Amino acid sequence: MSEVQKQKVHISFTLNGEAAEIAFAPHKTLLEVLREDLALTGTKHGCELGECGTCAILVDGRAILSCLMLGLDAEGREVKTIEGMAQGPELHPLQETFADLGAAQCGYCSPGFLLVAEELLKKKPNPTRVEIQEALSGNLCRCTGYIKIYEAVEMAAARMRGEEMQLPRESVYGLE
Amino acid sequence: MRTKNSKNGPLNVVGKPFRKVDARAKCNGQTKFADDIVLPRMLYCKILRSHQPHALIKGIDTTRAAALPGVIAIITGGDLPIPYGILPVSQDEHALCIEKVRFIGDPVAAVAAIDEDVAFDAMNLIEVEYEPLNTISTIEEAVLIDEPRIHDYGDAGNVHKKVSLEFGNVEEGFAEADLIREDTFFYEGNTHLPMEQHAAVGNFDADKKLTLWSSTQTPHYVHRALAKVLELPASHIRVIATPNGGGFGGKSDPFNHEVIVCKLSMITGRPVKATLTREEVFYCHRGRHPVLMHVKTGVKKDGAITGMHFQSFLDGGAYGSYGVASTFYTGALQTVTYEVPRYKFQGLRAFTNKPPCGPKRGHGTPQPRYALEVHLDKIAEQLQLDPAEMRRAHLVEANSVTANYLRIGSMGLGTCIDKVVAGSDWKNRFSGWNRNRRKLPFGKGVGVACSSYICGAGLPIYWNNMPQSGVQLRLDRQGGVCVMCGSVDIGQGSDSILAYIVAEVLGIDPFDIRVVTADTDLTPVDLGSYSSRVTLMTGNAALQAAERARELLVMAVAEKLVVPIENISLAERRVFDVENPEVGVSFAEAIVLAESKFGTIGTVGSYSPPRSPGKYKGAGVGPSPAYSYSAAVAEVDVDPETGIVVVERIWIAHDIGKSINPMLVMGQVEGSVYMGLGEILMEEMAYRGNRNVVHKFPSMLEYKSPTTMEMCDVKTYLIEDPDPNGPYGAKEVGQGPLLPVPPAVANAVYDAVGVRIDEVPITPEKVLKALRDKSRGRDGRYGPVSIPSVEWPEPLRVLTPAEGGDGTEMPRVAVHS
Repeated sequence: MSEVQKQKVHISFTLNGEAAEIAFAPHKTLLEVLREDLALTGTKHGCELGECGTCAILVDGRAILSCLMLGLDAEGREVKTIEGMAQGPELHPLQETFADLGAAQCGYCSPGFLLVAEELLKKKPNPTRVEIQEALSGNLCRCTGYIKIYEAVEMAAARMRGEEMQLPRESVYGLE
Repeated sequence: MRTKNSKNGPLNVVGKPFRKVDARAKCNGQTKFADDIVLPRMLYCKILRSHQPHALIKGIDTTRAAALPGVIAIITGGDLPIPYGILPVSQDEHALCIEKVRFIGDPVAAVAAIDEDVAFDAMNLIEVEYEPLNTISTIEEAVLIDEPRIHDYGDAGNVHKKVSLEFGNVEEGFAEADLIREDTFFYEGNTHLPMEQHAAVGNFDADKKLTLWSSTQTPHYVHRALAKVLELPASHIRVIATPNGGGFGGKSDPFNHEVIVCKLSMITGRPVKATLTREEVFYCHRGRHPVLMHVKTGVKKDGAITGMHFQSFLDGGAYGSYGVASTFYTGALQTVTYEVPRYKFQGLRAFTNKPPCGPKRGHGTPQPRYALEVHLDKIAEQLQLDPAEMRRAHLVEANSVTANYLRIGSMGLGTCIDKVVAGSDWKNRFSGWNRNRRKLPFGKGVGVACSSYICGAGLPIYWNNMPQSGVQLRLDRQGGVCVMCGSVDIGQGSDSILAYIVAEVLGIDPFDIRVVTADTDLTPVDLGSYSSRVTLMTGNAALQAAERARELLVMAVAEKLVVPIENISLAERRVFDVENPEVGVSFAEAIVLAESKFGTIGTVGSYSPPRSPGKYKGAGVGPSPAYSYSAAVAEVDVDPETGIVVVERIWIAHDIGKSINPMLVMGQVEGSVYMGLGEILMEEMAYRGNRNVVHKFPSMLEYKSPTTMEMCDVKTYLIEDPDPNGPYGAKEVGQGPLLPVPPAVANAVYDAVGVRIDEVPITPEKVLKALRDKSRGRDGRYGPVSIPSVEWPEPLRVLTPAEGGDGTEMPRVAVHS
């Protein structure tokens, strides 16, 4: 790596609702900038090649893979990571249902799923199961078989619409 | 709630769908995984791996790499000369290869540098001179070709292990049979693919004590390996297992990168971190062994088995890993579902120049389970029996001992079969082997399969008489409860299980409890998260520790309230007189009373599995305190034009004994179905045998695994048939429900289009080839046709319990050579 590439670059952007500035080596991906230069390790990585969805974050409200975006390209953008999802001590309804319904097992893929689901619910407050499956199809989870994730998204969506929703008994205890 | 919280009373926590104690942190980005750890002055490590599948190392030149600014240390094999390995019988790995490399990905040299980029550049400046050797790329080659040997140990040439066991006289069994059937199957290898890449941080501190943080399922075994390889007193080494971002068995070996970061930290006096790339994770592997299998079974007309001979050939890859245990596991559990009165098992594990295989979810048993269940389906067709009814009619009895001396406790498989048969409307869907009177249209079909799995290996990996699991409990006068255990949460919820059980016994809320786990300095030993042992073993240890603490509280409060001890109950954070519930003290006050009376309140609990009745050589693999059972029906849609198999739905019933938390049990069942689905439809570790045994696709894009678009609908039934050995009757769920899925899908494919795919995964190409063959009047089968010819050792013969055997082997008959 030549010396020129090591010259740090400087960007200003909005990070989880706050103005942020950071200097970093220009070849760094946004994933690396977040984790290594900003110490926001909530964003995870599973391949660093854009294959698994684990590192998904929101940029200007759209889910993107932070391993495929250069940190430089975040200049002036609005970036949201898992650390910015809760409102103060109150978890986002998606975080709450993911935790309460067992949608996070090992939890490693959860930040990516949560942010992609957040984008989905912004666009479609009442998504069908198929719409949820399509929206989350770029995120791999090896633990859950996705089913508890669908249920968590559905229940969070209901809560965000101000509706009460009970999980069917069979989702928690199995069929009679 | 006015209850006595004993094992037999009504339950307030156990059986309820509480969230996991660590769930919110995992959803908020606060959980620290290994790669999230950053320490001051930390160095970054990169490991140079062999691009040769089999070669002698003639020289390593690190001069150019060492000259690169920012490089602090470089090590090679000579720096870590002591071998290690998970099993005492196969200490065949070096953290960095010394004389030769055995697969593409074998580690050769390691760099510590000020950042990852410098480490990466330096790694690429290391020059290694190799002298290539011929490769061994398949089981057949390993059996046929003795030289060059991949290892200088093992049962023959490139055969790592040969096993031959016979329980009762199998030939007598075949003589009694109305039908004898033989089949050959192949189950391709696949890998765990945890979302988290392995990572480790080593820190050798000013006191010359070492700490390793690592994404490992087995910190205790890593601890032992580090002490051996680094020649440090074990008491000066602390291993902390960070929460695993998925394990599935892939983080159960001591790994070279764990040893390497420690050694580099010892040399540099600075913390050192290594995080594997996804490609490296494929080379770490230790996943499902590819297994070629031959099964011969004699049955009566009603499907009762009279004798079974099972042969398995495992492609072990380049190192031992858990392979000897895996080999035995491919033969151990055939006997625990259906009555098998006489049983012969021969197993062989081959060394090949590929990443080493090891334990993946179901360790060594999904392959033979797939073979057995498809084989039984074929038998049912020959006998014109309903395959579900045939299985149901010949189940192993509860509280019995099998021909190979496995002691069965509770056995809920019959109920499991009934549930999935009823739920799937089996009778109105299954073709009944009559292609002309199909109930579903051609292309649609259903298949059934059953299985069983251990709830913890009966024996530890190294021989000792100590407990397999220990729990320590501390109650402080402010009301705090801390439970400490060496177990590792890999996402299955083992931390939560500890909290639920302690909360149940002490009458408090699980979220009142601090859980400290997986830290060899702070927590009593638990052997780790493998063999589905954690709920049963740590659960029992936690139960014992909590009951001992409860006893102290009860004595102190009974004295204070002046009521008989048996009247004292603990619930809702109170300790009170059950006859007069308003008379009592708060939980925190109870601790003050107990601490005043007895001193600081701390208790311990431990668990050792019961002794197995099997005493023959090889009896160590298979025994377990309890066995879980599963049954599944799969419904598939096969497109005869494309060969694409879509699994639409799986009905699965799992005998969990008792759910400590049904929601987490459901999650394990669904996750197991998912992983079984991936194995049967698409996942494979595939290599180019003719091109240097290079992995075809060490990436997540091309190693296909199910996304939301492929995952099927799952209908789950939880069967609670409590086992006396389980805490509250609980059995395992993390691995068992994977097992029936691959064969149920394979059987459903046959029901749908009439072709047998006797090789996993069932890809569209294989289905099309079988359909084409069938349309040309041929067999309509895709799969292996032969097994290697092997000189087996004279089997070790054991009389079965029914024959009056005592579990020991019979004296060997003189063998003429």
